[in-house]
Amino acid sequence: MTARLHVDWTACDGRGLCAELLPELLERDPWGYPIPRRPGPIEVPEDLVRHAEKATALCPLLALRLGQTAH
Amino acid sequence: MTASTHADTLLGDRTTSFAAHLARRGPIPWRGAPGRLVADLETAGLTGRGGAGFPAWRKASTALDGRDPVVVANGAEGEPLSRKDATLLRDNPHVVLDGLQLVAEAVGAARAYLYVPAGRVSAAVLAERRAHDRLPVTVVTAPERFVAGEESAVIAALEGGRNPLPRFRTRPAPVSGVDGRPTVVHNVETLAHVAMIARHGPSWFRRRGTPDEPGTFLATVGGSVATPGVHEVPVGIPLDELLAMAGGSGQVALIGGYHGVWAPVGPVPVSRAGLAPYGGTPGAGIVHALPAHRCPLRFAAEVTRYLADQTAGQCGPCLNGLPAIAATMTALAAGRAQARRLAWLTGLVTGRGACHHPDGTARFVRSTLTTFAAEVAAHEHGHCPTEERS
Repeated sequence: MTARLHVDWTACDGRGLCAELLPELLERDPWGYPIPRRPGPIEVPEDLVRHAEKATALCPLLALRLGQTAH
Repeated sequence: MTASTHADTLLGDRTTSFAAHLARRGPIPWRGAPGRLVADLETAGLTGRGGAGFPAWRKASTALDGRDPVVVANGAEGEPLSRKDATLLRDNPHVVLDGLQLVAEAVGAARAYLYVPAGRVSAAVLAERRAHDRLPVTVVTAPERFVAGEESAVIAALEGGRNPLPRFRTRPAPVSGVDGRPTVVHNVETLAHVAMIARHGPSWFRRRGTPDEPGTFLATVGGSVATPGVHEVPVGIPLDELLAMAGGSGQVALIGGYHGVWAPVGPVPVSRAGLAPYGGTPGAGIVHALPAHRCPLRFAAEVTRYLADQTAGQCGPCLNGLPAIAATMTALAAGRAQARRLAWLTGLVTGRGACHHPDGTARFVRSTLTTFAAEVAAHEHGHCPTEERS
């Protein structure tokens, strides 16, 4: 099982908190919205899961979901 | 041979009265219990004809496991180049409505909906059906918008949303859709094929098409053709043969509509396998031949402008990225931009929305840059080869 971070694009407003909390995985696109450093689904390695949980909880628009994917 | 009555084709004779429909095609072949039709759909290998090409049986099979499923006939047809759903609903609405009833029986549905633009199915047809349908069908008006037929937008509309738009989802519709119920949304053409398979059997269905992609599909053929129209053809028909049916000319055609890809007019099979080398699929069956006198980049500029105007405006990358793509494509067509910027912008929008509108737009742009690489290079240097030829 790997954790995967999903963005609800209809909720995201580009505040940028997630990119600050998870700089290893996310940066910001030219409009301020989070974009993965590596293209494709945002896979969260074990050592970053707690940071991803924090980002999910702190997003002011509750636009992040941390899900599990079977591998 | 039943060709004279067209009982085994989707179009052919126009049949709008229910009595004439039953006389032509025979009674609705009820299966008597949920589940039974699902195996036939799997054997037939029917996939969705609305664009995504998902196996029809799998939606039914998933919804069967849940409580009080909902079934939906989706005829929103937001794609401007497509006419096949409107044609089918005008000429043979009952074959679609039979399919809806049969899928409702197959999943044990509690509710059934017909989701179509205003006036798409005549009031007389709906009134006549009401007297015969086992499960009453609620008609919901689809807005005239490109993304209106996207599955999550359909569900939003059926839940009574005033301005139904695509939504963020983590669970598939057959698991949790309308009001949290398992929901099977099928394109209206897919339902017509369900009704045909129920009447004629899966092996009849597999007689046409290819072994991997059986059956026929409704193609809307337009652009540089003598007689634009809708034709029922086998999956895998060579592109040149299909265009010839409509008196087509030209060197290249757009397949799958504004979210589609370009393919050279030749013996390319119009199927998922045949179009994979071009990065596309038959989508909802649109084949649009580019007229020889049209500059492909100006055409692409118009398409991307339309697609940018059709963003629902909910998702930042789409809301910002699509207008930037349209502006850059317009500038490129005028010799004032570089293709490199378009490639970068398409990368920025891909996979970053609640629906596939940004992905489809990116696919069209990438295909345009690849297919018309020579034209792109000429425009970057301030020439339009199409203009210079004429």
